[in-house]
Formats: sequence, C-alpha cells, structure tokens
Amino acid sequence: MSFLDYFRSKKNASASVAKERLQIIVAHERGQREQPDYLPQLQQELLEVIRKYVQISDDMVQVEVDRNERCSVLELNVTLPEK
Amino acid sequence: MARIIVVTSGKGGVGKTTTSASISTGLAKRGHKTVVIDFDVGLRNLDLIMNCERRVVYDFVNVIQGEASLNQALIRDKRVDTLYILPASQTREKEALTREGVERVINELSETFDYIVCDSPAGIEHGALMALYHADEAIVVTNPEVSSVRDSDRILGILQSKSRRAEMGLDPVKEHLLLTRYNPDRVSKGEMLSVGDVEEILAIPLLGVIPESQVVLNASNQGLPVILEEGSDAGQAYEDAVARLLGEEREHRFMTAQKKGFFTRMFKGG
Repeated sequence: MSFLDYFRSKKNASASVAKERLQIIVAHERGQREQPDYLPQLQQELLEVIRKYVQISDDMVQVEVDRNERCSVLELNVTLPEK
Repeated sequence: MARIIVVTSGKGGVGKTTTSASISTGLAKRGHKTVVIDFDVGLRNLDLIMNCERRVVYDFVNVIQGEASLNQALIRDKRVDTLYILPASQTREKEALTREGVERVINELSETFDYIVCDSPAGIEHGALMALYHADEAIVVTNPEVSSVRDSDRILGILQSKSRRAEMGLDPVKEHLLLTRYNPDRVSKGEMLSVGDVEEILAIPLLGVIPESQVVLNASNQGLPVILEEGSDAGQAYEDAVARLLGEEREHRFMTAQKKGFFTRMFKGG
C-alpha cells in the first residue's frame, strides 16, 4: 500500500474468491471419486439405448450412485426434449 | 517395525524434497534411526538438498535389481549419525520400481530403522503411487494456492483408495497437512488463502505451517536441510512439525503478520 492507497478502501480480496472456487471444485471432484469406475460406460450405453427412441443430447442423461450405510442407490435422470 | 511416512503433494515445486530432508533430519536428530528414500527416479534431487550428491555410488534401483546390497547403497549423513539416505536412480526408467522390489527393500529397512521417510515425485503416476503405497502416515505438502490445494485433495483420495492400507482394509493412512510457503502478510491483506481456509477445504489435521522464507533457498544452495538453520523461522517451524509428528503439543507459530510501524506502512508500503 502506498501513501495514497492508505486512505482508500481495501482492494478486493482474491483469497475469498480462491476459497469459494476451491470449495466448489473439490466437492465436485470428491463426488466423482466415490463413483464406481463403470459409471461413464453405463451412462454412454444408456444414452445409446434411449436414442433408439428419442433424440437427446449427451448431457440429458445423468447417472449417479448414492451410497448409504446399508445400500447403494443408482440414480438415473433422463431429461426428455419438449415436444 | 518402522513407521513409514510418505511426503507427497500431487503438485510439483511445493516443497516435498525440502520437507523430506528437514523432517527426516529432525527425526534423526532426536535419536530415531531414520532413512529417507528418494522415489523420484530420473529426477533425483534429495542428494543435492542433503549435500551427499558426490557420495552416491549405488541407488534404490540397484538394490531392487540385486546389483547392490542395501548397506552399499545407503549413505550415512555427515551431520546426524542416525540418518541415512537412499538415493533414486538417475538413469533408469521409473518402472524399475516394481511393487515387489519396493516392498522387499522397505521390509528390510523396517527391521533396523525406526522411521522410513519416502520422498514422493510430483504427479500421480507410478513413482508417486509406489512412494505412498506402503505408508502408515502421509505428510501432504500444500501451498496456499488453488492448484496446490486441489492437487492435495486429489492425492488424499488416492491415499484413501490405492495405498496398501486401503487395499487391505487396514486402518487408513494417517494424514497430516503441512502448509508451506506461507506468507502471513499477504494473508492479512486477503491476497492469500489462510491456514483456516486450507484446513476447511482439505479437512485433515494440521501438522505445521512453514513460512515463506529466504532461508529455505539459502539452505538448499548449501545442501543444508533447513531444519538445521536453528535460528531461522522456517527451521523452527520444521522443528515444531517434527515434535508434533512425535506426539508433542506445540502451539503454531509464524502465522501472523509482523506488525509494522506507522511510518513503514506510509512510506514503504505493505
């Protein structure tokens, strides 16, 4: 801070931006880390099956595995295009 | 049985080798028989940091391949007599570190040493996986900077899934966060992630904070583990980290900015 800066308000703090970005990306990557290895391929094959009947884009099928203490739930979300 | 500690980070250049040198020297200085192994095949550097680069005759790969005995390859430190260095090979392929070979060497060292410190290469490839595989504990070296923190989190995931302890369903590898190149001044200005921020994101216990310091480069220039610069801030911070590793309670130091006088702030900035 120079003489003039001393009287100005603090510069925008970039550390808080860094923290926020990290929290988001780390949470996302941890979520993926716990997913089984076969998931991407499963997603791809599901996409192909659905495309036999409806035209959808790649991002319209979401596959996730939720693990609880006693069981795992395979969650499948397919968004169909509006008619 | 030796305690096996890996010094790892994912990202390069954050201070793994500096940390391996200082932690192993610190453990040995307290009388524990310690060996530090360089796993960075092809990019050996621990020997330089520890000032024994001209004494390397045989290396880790020679021992794995049966071309030399452990006793022939181990270099005894000239400053601390309970400390030994096992250098990496500079010429071989990194695949020369076979899982069985590494295991054999670690088991043999385990019989006579109290501590085995494994200096991991950067990345998440073969050499890094071999370095962390046998670990009982991991020191995750992290800089307060986005790419380093993200990579540290990635390496934590690997420790939890690909280490021997994870594969065999044993107690998990004990994780320690070591924050290096910390600049309290910049933290107080909101320009750098704080210790608290990094702890919150990575969610592992804090082993220590090493302040960014000119002493570190000065020490490495001379091949002196910075922990032996006993009057320096970084040296003392490493000393504290070693004490905590051994179960002592020590308050964290060097984490707040030096207070500057009114005139310094006005005319010199900061």
